[in-house]
Amino acid sequence: MPVKVVEDWLNACSGCEISILNIGDPLLDLLPELDFVHITALVDHKFFGQLGDGTAMEIPEAVVGIVSGGVRNEEQKHELQEIRKKVKFLISLGSCACYGGVPAQANMYKNDEVFDKVYRDCVTTEPAANPDDPNVPKWTPTCAAVDEVVKVDIAIPGCPPHPDWIVDAITALLQGKTAWSLPERSVCDTCPVIREQKSGGGPVKRWLQNLEFNPEEGLEKMRCINEQGLLCMGPVTLAGCAGKTGVPRCVLARTPCRGCFGPIRKGARPMVEMMGALTSVGLDPKSLVDRRAMMNRYIGGHGFLTVIPARPAK
Amino acid sequence: MGKTINIQPVTRIEGHAKVVIQLDDAGNVTDTKVHVQTLRGFEKFCEGRPVEEMPRTVCHICGICPWAHHLASSKAADACFGVTPPPAAVKLRRLMQNIAYVSDKILHFYFLAAPDFVIGPDADYSVRNVVGIVQAAPEIAKQVVHMRHLGAQILEGFAGRAIHPTFSVPGGVSKPMTEAERQKMLPSAKEMLEFSKFSMKFAKENVFPKYMDAIKSIGVIKVGYLGTVAPDGALDFYDGKLRLMKADGSYDDFAYDQYVDYIGEWVEPWSYQKFPYAKKWGKLNMSLDNPVGVYRTNCLARINVADKMATPLAQAEFEEFRAAFGRPAHYTLLYHYARLIEMLQAAEAAVQLLEDPEITSKDIRVPITPRAARGIGCVEAPRGTLIHDYECDDQGLITKVNLIVGTTHNNAAINMSVNQAAKLCIKDGKYDQGTLNKVEMAIRAYDP
Repeated sequence: MPVKVVEDWLNACSGCEISILNIGDPLLDLLPELDFVHITALVDHKFFGQLGDGTAMEIPEAVVGIVSGGVRNEEQKHELQEIRKKVKFLISLGSCACYGGVPAQANMYKNDEVFDKVYRDCVTTEPAANPDDPNVPKWTPTCAAVDEVVKVDIAIPGCPPHPDWIVDAITALLQGKTAWSLPERSVCDTCPVIREQKSGGGPVKRWLQNLEFNPEEGLEKMRCINEQGLLCMGPVTLAGCAGKTGVPRCVLARTPCRGCFGPIRKGARPMVEMMGALTSVGLDPKSLVDRRAMMNRYIGGHGFLTVIPARPAK
Repeated sequence: MGKTINIQPVTRIEGHAKVVIQLDDAGNVTDTKVHVQTLRGFEKFCEGRPVEEMPRTVCHICGICPWAHHLASSKAADACFGVTPPPAAVKLRRLMQNIAYVSDKILHFYFLAAPDFVIGPDADYSVRNVVGIVQAAPEIAKQVVHMRHLGAQILEGFAGRAIHPTFSVPGGVSKPMTEAERQKMLPSAKEMLEFSKFSMKFAKENVFPKYMDAIKSIGVIKVGYLGTVAPDGALDFYDGKLRLMKADGSYDDFAYDQYVDYIGEWVEPWSYQKFPYAKKWGKLNMSLDNPVGVYRTNCLARINVADKMATPLAQAEFEEFRAAFGRPAHYTLLYHYARLIEMLQAAEAAVQLLEDPEITSKDIRVPITPRAARGIGCVEAPRGTLIHDYECDDQGLITKVNLIVGTTHNNAAINMSVNQAAKLCIKDGKYDQGTLNKVEMAIRAYDP
């Protein structure tokens, strides 16, 4: 008997769903074992009946619920709560669902400031009142991670999550396991670059020039990015972005990690720890431009990014 | 007051929308709206961020077309820093964009749209989907999954990430392509080209002829078109001038930095998504009989505004298409046809780029230094013209952002098409799930 699955996106970009499709050949083996009773991206099941005449949101019962995206408005919150009631195991898929994700950078501003900008201060926009029709759901106070609203059983972080882990977690559930998590390792633990525990010192360099490397040589011949003097979030970021076997995917592109898999463990304080990591190679962490947004780019839920009150006038 | 039909969520699209259809007492449509229900606020939270971080941040706007955002942002950032990337960097950016295009077309045509045509618009929803396709046409499904995977592998193998890339940077790209990488990629690109040829042939033989009546009726509206063309008038996904065409086929060409003179954005209380319109044509009016200011983007628009295609196989298909449907072609479901012509151009261009010796040049980035400036970058995303407009201070920190993204341009047109489809399909209170799916097909054509 195939296992019933509900999949839904909330405040998401659909990259997580594309990652599911990028599973590749194993997808065809996996599909017959899964019965998607709801998946907005692929199947035409509707929340208010197939004839659009329902009055309450109907989510089908399922064993597994998969949710991507954070919670940004009241309807998404309601949708998520309904899904939670109907599924046995809830998976938060991707860093928006797990941590708030990139859109949670909006938590640095009051909601009014965001709406003022979008509807009244963009160069091509004719200024107007905020959309307020009942069919346009109101914003929640913050952009939240899924586990700030309901209990989550399994978290598959990543922006996007790697298909290997999606298959791994779902396979674990199909085999009757009730828990799954990525091993607590850092991106650096999976990164082959040369490390000498020191840099040239001084301020952290902006990412205005390419890294130093010989393109004909592998990463094992390239110097660590932090030790080249640039910010790389590898030391405080959960490993797994390249799946089970690969090297960190941003580093493969010869670009620094920005922390898309989130913290290595619950309760970690990536910004504080990253400043320590920079100090340990002799860099001045306070010199980093736009430090707060830079180091919390993907994890602005859970109170990591908040509105900083204006300083009182002296 | 009559019934209200609430189609929620709109499915097999990328994004969060619902359609509300209002019927009168006799069961006929009085009003239809597509409500876009989410807003994330990128224009605000990008303020204060370093310009060089933008290309890898704003790609998160869309997980289906991250490469388009990544490249439009890179071009806006190039302009903020006042630099022109070296030729090899531009070729590598174009290569990645073309490969991402082919992947996107496969996704849309086979996974999202095909169930309506291969399984049938009136089929039960439990089979009218990609799983149904796997059962009905297992060989094709296997090919499709393989080709999607191949696209992701090419992008990841070279540029690290297929989704939310980091490869393009202000002034160029982050790494050159080695000869070994080129040789490894070329056969895969050729395989994508073969599959693009197969898809075009398959659709022309098995899909479009069967649905000619639907194509000539569902969602049809007569409005304008916007797209990018090269200086010689050929369709260009990466660079060129913008061409804004009226429904009668007359058009204006303008440079990116003039977009503010031509495009305005209207806000309606019932949608978080704004309504861009051609402001020189008058005040926005979405009435079916007498629309004003409404234009469309995405593949059908590009095929309409272009004088020709940039590659030979796509050109042959383009000529056949234009002979059959004229210029501009207004039937909404022709988006699917136009999509496959573009897929051919993207695949052909990818092969051409990989056969160009300059692509392995080591000269891939020019130096950049922060300065106060404004930079506007545009590319053609699969879903339409993408406009990224940044201002930054002398530290190179963003002070202002304006974004108009592919599907947003189509907001007014999608609303009109859905309204048209609802009025066409729902009569005297008679409708079933298949009828409502046909209304959604008008949205799906735009591939939002």
